[in-house]
Amino acid sequence: MNFWPLIKILPVRTHIRFVRWSRLFASLSVLAIIGSLWLTLYPFKPPCGGLACGIDFKGGTVVELSTAPQPVDVGKIRDALDSLGLGDPQVQGAGPSAALVRFQAPNGADASATLARVEAKLTQTLGQVKYTRADVVGPKVSSELLTSGLLGLGLAILAMLLYIWFRFELQFGLGAVAALFHDVILTFGMIAVFKQYIEFDLRAVAAILTIIGYSMNDTVVVFDRFRENLRKFKRMPLGEVIDMSINEMLTRTIITSMTAVLALVALALFGGPSLFGLSVILLFGIGIGTYSSIYIAAPVILLWGVKRSEEEPEIVTQPAR
Amino acid sequence: MMTLARWKVILVVLATVLGLLFTLPNLLPAGVVAKLPPFMPKNTLHLGLDLQGGSDLLYSVDTVALRNERLTNMAEDIRTQLRDKQIAFTDLAVAGGAIGLRVTDPSQVNTVVNLLRQSVGAPLPGAAGGRDVNVTAGADQRIRIAFVPEAFDAEAARAVEQNIEVIRRRIDQMGTKEPDIARRGKDRIDIQAAGESDPERLKRVIGQTAKLTFQMVDETASPEDLAAGRVPPGDEVVASTDGIQPSYIVKRRAPVSGEMLTNAQPGFDQTTGRPVVEFRMNSVGARRFADITRQNIGKRFAIVLDKKVISAPVIQGVIPGGSGQITGNFTQESANDLSVLLRAGALPAPMKVEEQRTVGAELGADAVKAGTTSAIVGLLATMVFMLAIYGGLFGGISLIALAVNALMIIGVMSATQATLTLPGIAGLILTLAVAVDANVLIYERMRDELRAGRTLIASMDAGFARAWGTIFDANMTHIFSALIMFNIGSGTVKGFAWTLSIGVLTTVFSAVLVTQVLLAWWFRAARPKTLPIGH
Repeated sequence: MNFWPLIKILPVRTHIRFVRWSRLFASLSVLAIIGSLWLTLYPFKPPCGGLACGIDFKGGTVVELSTAPQPVDVGKIRDALDSLGLGDPQVQGAGPSAALVRFQAPNGADASATLARVEAKLTQTLGQVKYTRADVVGPKVSSELLTSGLLGLGLAILAMLLYIWFRFELQFGLGAVAALFHDVILTFGMIAVFKQYIEFDLRAVAAILTIIGYSMNDTVVVFDRFRENLRKFKRMPLGEVIDMSINEMLTRTIITSMTAVLALVALALFGGPSLFGLSVILLFGIGIGTYSSIYIAAPVILLWGVKRSEEEPEIVTQPAR
Repeated sequence: MMTLARWKVILVVLATVLGLLFTLPNLLPAGVVAKLPPFMPKNTLHLGLDLQGGSDLLYSVDTVALRNERLTNMAEDIRTQLRDKQIAFTDLAVAGGAIGLRVTDPSQVNTVVNLLRQSVGAPLPGAAGGRDVNVTAGADQRIRIAFVPEAFDAEAARAVEQNIEVIRRRIDQMGTKEPDIARRGKDRIDIQAAGESDPERLKRVIGQTAKLTFQMVDETASPEDLAAGRVPPGDEVVASTDGIQPSYIVKRRAPVSGEMLTNAQPGFDQTTGRPVVEFRMNSVGARRFADITRQNIGKRFAIVLDKKVISAPVIQGVIPGGSGQITGNFTQESANDLSVLLRAGALPAPMKVEEQRTVGAELGADAVKAGTTSAIVGLLATMVFMLAIYGGLFGGISLIALAVNALMIIGVMSATQATLTLPGIAGLILTLAVAVDANVLIYERMRDELRAGRTLIASMDAGFARAWGTIFDANMTHIFSALIMFNIGSGTVKGFAWTLSIGVLTTVFSAVLVTQVLLAWWFRAARPKTLPIGH
C-alpha cells in the first residue's frame, strides 16, 4: 500500500459528535477561565496583578551585561547595586557570563542619569564588562503603553465582533467573541502560571493580538462551512449541522495547526531568549484557538440559535459560495 | 479553471520577477550589489535597532519648565518696570503656572493692571489684537498674570520644532552616523541612532539645554549672606563647578547670553595650556560685553551654563570686539562638546528622557543569527510536512506559492525600507507557515467537491471559487489585529505588525493566484483523469 501522499490515508470523513461533549467542555472552560482570571488578577495590584510585569508596563530599567570570557559574579553585582540606593534592584544570571539587572530609579531621580550611574559603578566593581542591552522606560510612557496595550486588546475583540456581524450574523459574532474572550483570558492565565519564564510586556500583548487573529481565522473557517451547510440542510437539527461542519473542516484544521506548530517550535528552540516568550505564548494560543472554535464558538450559536427559514431561501450575499 | 485568464498569468509572472528583483540585493554580497547596473534596485532589508544595534531615545519636552522659565523672565521685567515707575509692591513670585504680586497702594492697582496689559508678554499674531497673557486683578490688591492657554500651546509646539532643529544641528556637528529624528505626538521627540555604541555621549550632546549666560556676581552680598541663604532681591544663588566656591550669588539679569554667540571653538589657554572654549559674539553682544567690562573692572562675572557656574573670572580690563574665552574644568573632549553645543544653540525648552532602548551591535548580530536559523528550520519543517501530506505535485505547488510569497514579502520590505525587527522575523515565519492554510483550504475544497460527485474539472474550479470567500474572511481577521498592533506600542511591535500585514496581502495573492496558474498549467500539460490528492 502506498503511504504517500499522506492525505490519501487520512480518514475521508470523520463523524465525531463534538456537540455531545460540549456541555462537559464548556464547564471545563468556565472553570479554566475563572482560574485564569484569578491567577492573572491576584493580588489585585496595579499595574499587572499576578503577571510578571515587564518594564514596558511597570517602568524602570533593565540592563543586560556580559563579562565574557570570565564567569559573572552575581553576588558582587548585588552588593554594588545595594550601595546605590536603587528601588527594587534584582539581579539574575543569564548564562555563564551574562546577567540581567533590573531596578527602579530612586524617587525623583532621572532614570536615564541613574542608568549611567549604575553602569559606572558596575564597571568599577566588575572590571571587564560590556553592556549588551539597556532599556529605560519612564513612568509616563509605561502607563501609556499599558493603557494602549489593553485598549488594543479590547479594540481587536470589538473589531472582530463587528466584522463577523457584518459578514455573517450577530449570533455568529457573539459566538466568535465568546471564543476570543476564552482564548485571551486563558492565555493570560498561562502567562501567570509561567511567570518565572514569561514576562508580560508589549511583546506579550503583540502575541495575544496575533492569537486573536489566528483564533478568529479558525473560527471564520468553521463558521463559513457552517453557514453553507445551514443553507444546504434546512431541516437538519442545528447540533448536527454544527457537528457536520466541524468534521468536514477537521483535516484542514489539523494540517494548518500543524504547520503553525512546526514553525513556532522552531522559533522557540532556535530564536534565542528574546523570542522564547513570544513563541510559547503563540504556541499555546494556536492550540487554545483551535479548541475554542470547536467548543466555544459553535456551542454558543447552538445555545443562542440562528435564524433559519424553511420556505424562502436565505438572503445570500454571495451565491457562488 | 482551466480557462486561464491571461491577466492572471501576467500578474503572477510580474509579481515573481519583481519580488526576485527586489529581494536580490539581500542575497548578493555588498560588493556585487554596488556594481549592479543603475536600473536595478539596491536597497536591502532595513534592520531595526534590535537587529543592527543602536540607541532609541524618546525625549519629552518639558513644557511646564518652559512656561516657568518664560514667567520668571517676565517677572524680572515686571520688577524692573514697577521700580522705574516707583510703584511699591510685594510678593512678586511665580507659582502654579502664573505670576502673582500684591500692589501696596490700593489706588494704584488699576494703573498697574493697565500698565502690565500693555507691556507684558507679546502681541498675538493676526488682526484680532490682544496679547498672549491675561492680566487680572483679584481681591486684596493682588494681580495675577498668566499665559492665554492657546497662545502658550502654540508657543510650546514651536519650541518642540525648534528643539528638533537644534538637535539636528548638534548631531550634524558631532559628525556621527546620521540618526533619525522624528516628532512623536504633541511634545515628544524620538531619536534613533543606529550603531551608536556610546549612548551616554549622545545623550550629553542631545539632552543638554546648553543655555549660556554671563551674569555679574553680586559683590555686595557677603559670604555670610550666602551661607545664611539671604539672597538680595533680583539675585539668585547658582551652584558652581569651578572648584573654587561651591556656589555664587549672581544678578538674575543676564545682559549677555548664548544667543549672541556667532562662533565657538575648542582651544588652549595661552598661559596655562589648559583646554578652553573660545567664542566670538555678534555686534549686539560685543557692544554690551564692552560696556559691562568697562563699567565693572575689578569685579567678577560668572559664566553660567544650565544654572551652573563654569567659572567666575575677575574683569581685568575692557574687552572690545566681543571675543573671549571660557576657562573652566575642561578636558579636550568636554571643551569640544561644549563648543558644539554653543555653536548649535541652546534648546528653547528643556527635555527629559522618557524611554531609552539600547542594543549592543553584538547582541543584534546574535539576534539576526538566531532569527535566520529559526526561519530556515521552521520553513523547512513546513515544506517537508506539506510534501508529506499532499505529495510532490500538490505539495510542490504549494511550496512554489510559498517561495513566491517569501520573495514578495522580502521584496516589498526592501523596496519600502520598512523596518524588520526581531519580532518581525517571528511574524514572517508565522505568516509563511500559515500561508499554506490557503492552499489547504483550496485542496480540501477540491476533494470535497470531487467526493460530492462532480467531475474533476468542475471540482477544481469550485475549489477555487468557493475557497476564495473563506480565505478572504479568514485573512481579514489578521489585518484587523495587525492594524491595532500598529497603533500601540514601540518600534519592535510595530515591526511585527508591519511584517504581518504585508504577509497577509502577499499570502492572499500568492496562495490563490500562483496556485491557480500552476494548477492550470499542470492540467493543460497532463490532462489528468484523477486528482492526485483524491481518493
